[in-house]
Amino acid sequence: MAAKTLTIDGRQITAEEGETILQAATEAGIKIPTLCHLEGVYDVGACRLCLVEVKGTPKLLPACTLKVAEGMEVSTDTERLRKYRRMTLEMLFAERNHVCAVCVANGHCELQTLAYSQGMEHVRYEYTFPKWNVDNTHRLFGMDHNRCILCTRCVRVCWHIEGAGTKNVAGRGGKSQIITDLNQPWGCSESCTECGKCVMSCPTGALFQKGSTVGESERDRNKLEFIVNAREKKQWNA
Amino acid sequence: MILNDLLQLKEKELAARKKILLRCCMAAGCISSNSTGVKEQLEKAVAEAGLQNEVEVRGVGCMKLCCEGPLVAVEPANEMYVKVTPENAPSIISALQGGQANVDQTDPNAAFFTKQLSIVLANSGIVNPERIESYVALDGYLALHEVLNEMTPKDVVETMVKSGLRGRGGAGFPTGLKWGTVAKSPGSKKYVICNADEGDPGAFMDRSVLESDPHSVLEGMAIAAYAVGADQGYLYVRAEYPLAIARLQLAIKQAKQMGLLGAGIFESPFNFNVDIRIGAGAFVCGEETALMMSVEGKRGTPRPRPPFPAESGLFGCPTLLNNVETFANVPAIYRKGADWFAGIGTEKSKGTKVFALAGKIKNTGLIEVPMGTPLHTIVEEMGGGAPDGGKIKAVQTGGPSGGCIPAQHLDTPVDYESLGKLGSIMGSGGMIVMDEGTRMVDVARFFMEFCMDESCGKCIPCRAGTVQMHNLLDKILKRKATARDLAKLEELCDMVRNTSLCGLGQTAPNPTLSTLRFFRNEYEDLLQPDTFDGGANHSQTVTK
Repeated sequence: MAAKTLTIDGRQITAEEGETILQAATEAGIKIPTLCHLEGVYDVGACRLCLVEVKGTPKLLPACTLKVAEGMEVSTDTERLRKYRRMTLEMLFAERNHVCAVCVANGHCELQTLAYSQGMEHVRYEYTFPKWNVDNTHRLFGMDHNRCILCTRCVRVCWHIEGAGTKNVAGRGGKSQIITDLNQPWGCSESCTECGKCVMSCPTGALFQKGSTVGESERDRNKLEFIVNAREKKQWNA
Repeated sequence: MILNDLLQLKEKELAARKKILLRCCMAAGCISSNSTGVKEQLEKAVAEAGLQNEVEVRGVGCMKLCCEGPLVAVEPANEMYVKVTPENAPSIISALQGGQANVDQTDPNAAFFTKQLSIVLANSGIVNPERIESYVALDGYLALHEVLNEMTPKDVVETMVKSGLRGRGGAGFPTGLKWGTVAKSPGSKKYVICNADEGDPGAFMDRSVLESDPHSVLEGMAIAAYAVGADQGYLYVRAEYPLAIARLQLAIKQAKQMGLLGAGIFESPFNFNVDIRIGAGAFVCGEETALMMSVEGKRGTPRPRPPFPAESGLFGCPTLLNNVETFANVPAIYRKGADWFAGIGTEKSKGTKVFALAGKIKNTGLIEVPMGTPLHTIVEEMGGGAPDGGKIKAVQTGGPSGGCIPAQHLDTPVDYESLGKLGSIMGSGGMIVMDEGTRMVDVARFFMEFCMDESCGKCIPCRAGTVQMHNLLDKILKRKATARDLAKLEELCDMVRNTSLCGLGQTAPNPTLSTLRFFRNEYEDLLQPDTFDGGANHSQTVTK
């Protein structure tokens, strides 16, 4: 493998032939925002957050799929790119029903983190408030389509790491959705191996472990009574 | 099949000609107005008059003046009957014997016909698309023979470069350069794909070519395959074109039987098979990378380029992907020479372009004109202007990826660069004429809605951006928008154009941008005064 010398954000760096700009930048400690990218699965260049400017190319190109080349001059953090990234995030928030306060992923959500880091202070676009369902038919996991950003990470890990091929995309445009098998309830899926990789890969709260959501959190009030009884009446058996 | 067989076939077909030829249009448009019945009755009337040995009734492809169909042309009298019904048949036949036909005729010397220059459509309306012999009689497959026997693949590519042909799918990439790239890409397996997923609203050029002259496309593909070193071809046709699919299937079968496709073509070592793949109704599958995904049997979504298909395309192999009209140009270029082709058109746009003329115009139909023909020649002289004495307001080219060219720019010559300068594109050839009654914001919303519905949903700017732009256009039309909304719309147009993954998203803002450029007042007339609402956008209305 030949080494390539290129410039990212004014810094001269070397990278191995075949590496992507994202890999080369990460190695050099330059952070490019990503959303559909997931270490370990192939890239699709869909979220457009990692778009970079390449000198001599009129089009913006995704860092996750763009291969390094000798003498390339790449800018990852121009005013224009920052503006487009904020707009992309605003669009995502307006597209489905992202309500952080009641979300299972609140505090460890990549969409939320990106919005903070990219300075997205508010959403200027009209919320579309679509009606999406929650698939709670699976024994262990749930899927809330309201929080899905269609990054297809779950589809890719299901097909290419687990090899089960349970998850897929159906529909077009804004009506696209992640489906299980031939659009059946997840609980009825015979191909799902219950490995949970899709849940691990999800950047938002769309896929979740059962029992972890706000709505499911139960308070065991009987426990208090038991402790009081146990102390006062020395009654240790429930 | 060797050259002699081909020439014999041609001689035999020419010798079988009869004194009088009645050509009856059997393309989808005329068939929908019962040209099948017309042809049957014509044949019956010929038999009844006992003229079987003198008159041939031939089902042919598109004869271009679609608005007047069903069309029946008479040779050698050079007459063309319009709006023919099956009941008219006896009268047409009696006219051949000196009677008077009580059927309307159109003037074959009208500008609509005389201003045309046919290369792609040269055989359309003349050959019987269901008989390969009919194509061979007009020197069909001669170019393929010459290419295989007289030229090296390198010569073939060089001729294509010299001809100056550019991709007719819309973007206008130099065809020779593309062929050369695929030819030079390393790999033992290569593919040739014909993109027949024509989906622009108002466009029907490719359908007409496939229905009228399928063999020219097959011959073009075979020549291309020889040039780049491919042995397998795919024709990706949309399912909405059943007649085109049926005729292609028949054409492939006939060509295979004659040894003009398949193994050892013209008894040379060159093999080339063509299979048809039928699209399932997604507009985005006309985008080359999505099309290849679809051919592979996957969900038709585009992927980022590079790598380009010429390098890594179908099943990861170098792939040549051209549009129907591009391939249909190929046989003529090798039959008549690259210099002949390069002599037609403008400096940078060579040859002709087929347009589907539709909308508020008198003569709707199919036209083929040399590149550089001014738009007003097309719409005013050939198209006959707006019907009922109306005034043409704008011409839309390039479908949902194109723009609206206002009346004051109708002197613009039709070529890739001139249309691009006006914020439109050549596109695949849809040309929709609009008169004074058309509201341009409506037009912008229509095309935005189309893009919104047809977005594949893969990348965020196209999937969510088209929804937001559509909602803003809708808000403007409902007179609920302010100047701030218009600014937001323009900002979105810029963003979606620059950040979308494929051509669909990158060009989706074009109709809006071009109408904003030339008809901004129509937008501004619909705006409401901007009042500060305190919470800015928090008092939003819920769109259902």
